[in-house]
Amino acid sequence: MSVLTKQTYQSVGTPAGQLLSDGWIATRRNLIKIKRVPEILVFTILQPIMFVLLFSQVYGGAMNVSDYTNFLMAGIFAQTVIFGSTFSGAAMAQDLKDGIIDRFRTLPMSPAAVLIGRTNGDLVINSISMLIMMGTGWIVGWRVTTSVWGFLGGVAILLLFSYSFSWVMALLGMSVRSPEVINNASFMILFPLTFISNAFVPIHTMPEVLKNIAEWNPVSALVESARQLFGNTNPDFPGPTAWTLQNPFITIFLGIALMLVIFVPLCIKKFESISSR
Amino acid sequence: MTIIEARGLKKTYKSKSGPVHALDGLDLSVPQGTVKALLGPNGAGKTTVVKVLTTLIQPTEGTAVVDGIDVLSNPRAVRRIIGASGQYAAVDENLTGFENLEMVGRLYHLGAKTARRRAQELIDQFELTEAGNRPVKGFSGGMRRRIDLAGALVINPKILFLDEPTTGLDPRSRLALWQIIKNLVNDGTTLLLTTQYLEEADHLADDIAVIDGGKVIAEGTSDQLKAQIGGHRVVVALVDEAEAGAASEILARHGEGEARVSSDRRSVEVAVTDGPRALQYVLADLGQAGVGLHDAGMRRPTLDDVFLKLTGHTAEQEQDANAAEMEKAK
Repeated sequence: MSVLTKQTYQSVGTPAGQLLSDGWIATRRNLIKIKRVPEILVFTILQPIMFVLLFSQVYGGAMNVSDYTNFLMAGIFAQTVIFGSTFSGAAMAQDLKDGIIDRFRTLPMSPAAVLIGRTNGDLVINSISMLIMMGTGWIVGWRVTTSVWGFLGGVAILLLFSYSFSWVMALLGMSVRSPEVINNASFMILFPLTFISNAFVPIHTMPEVLKNIAEWNPVSALVESARQLFGNTNPDFPGPTAWTLQNPFITIFLGIALMLVIFVPLCIKKFESISSR
Repeated sequence: MTIIEARGLKKTYKSKSGPVHALDGLDLSVPQGTVKALLGPNGAGKTTVVKVLTTLIQPTEGTAVVDGIDVLSNPRAVRRIIGASGQYAAVDENLTGFENLEMVGRLYHLGAKTARRRAQELIDQFELTEAGNRPVKGFSGGMRRRIDLAGALVINPKILFLDEPTTGLDPRSRLALWQIIKNLVNDGTTLLLTTQYLEEADHLADDIAVIDGGKVIAEGTSDQLKAQIGGHRVVVALVDEAEAGAASEILARHGEGEARVSSDRRSVEVAVTDGPRALQYVLADLGQAGVGLHDAGMRRPTLDDVFLKLTGHTAEQEQDANAAEMEKAK
């Protein structure tokens, strides 16, 4: 006979408790995926190693400054975690295509749970990437010159930014027709976003237009914040002239807050109206 | 008692060539404990009805009530009492069969322990024991469908919605799934299912609603519908297409209504009331007239026959036209 009794149909707990519990169950689904799909882990581990080595060794000599590796690392970190946030977009698009979104949407679960699970999945992947990159960076000579708090603060700010960016990508993923589109679209967005910034080169060498874009690019504020926290700013380069980069912490926290305040509600609203085909 | 009640449902999508009406004033009512089949070709609006009733989409107009709960204003309450399974097996490929069902149970808020025990129960009941602990990725289509269906049954729902549960399955898996569905409804679950196959509706449903262009165009038991369209059909394949005229005259003599000549004039058919007897007469008369035959026999009416009778066009024409319009609308 069935284990179900009348009582088991009742929903349990407060809305907040339910959100946490549903969010955790949706997160666990994504953790199992990381474990079961080896490509994800290989990509997560090898790509950061490759980027750290490529940029530090290939550009390092040509940059003609002392200590390019230290300058570079915050940029590599930022670029990698931002690209890591695209998993949410592709995964939401895939779930929509597979029809599993329909299953979730006919269950009495919190509408934010699937999105929380998805963005948490990105956070886990990005945390692994960060560990790998820091290890690789250390081997090629990257050193934090501030304190353990500076170090932790820098890591936290990178992950926080990437987490909020995951919500942007999730919205994009729910708005496109197929997972393939999101991969192409994210490259179109992310390459300019990360390259027209101070991530790999100082912005004072850029043409005026690009320089202006780079100064207002949140990625620049992110990288500048992380550099300051790690003690990796390069004395060979002139300090920033734009307000956004002279006050990178205010800029970046505003950016993170704005992304969350705008995109979390938009994502939930979108989720409550989507259905496969 | 009516447990599903929809009135005047309309769903309109915008498209470049003007609005497309996926639903166009559809009424539906399902008594508790019965099985209702929505029968119609692709694009007729079957899936849209199910999506409205299972809270997935909002209709442009109309009302829908499930077990006394207004679907449009209180979707969460509806979700607590329904089970739904769509056209595509909505399972997570990377989770095992067991993990999929456990996750669904947790999201119905059954509690960890009950969710696990219920998942195991369903795995056993659906004979998925071997597959229960492997990721779904390696499963056949039939097995995925079974897990998906099991997912819809996690809470033993009072009302079950199945959207084309057997589309794309091989005949054997289809029969197995039919048996599972029959057992379920014997236990008193109310079931609304959609299908493109008359045979399936015939097999599973107490009551059939034929849908075309977003509206119910005929409704009744399968016997009532068949009485409308005639029972069997007698079909003969001719050796010489020049004899099609003579053959159709003979078939019409023993059938209900006009005989239908195929476009290549090689085959003629007619609806009949008493199949075997009509076939005997037809063959005798054709023999006497000296009409040469490649083949002769009876067949059961299909969705095409229902449609031809009710709408004057076949289901396939309808399907192509609708699919094209819907595609444009999106």
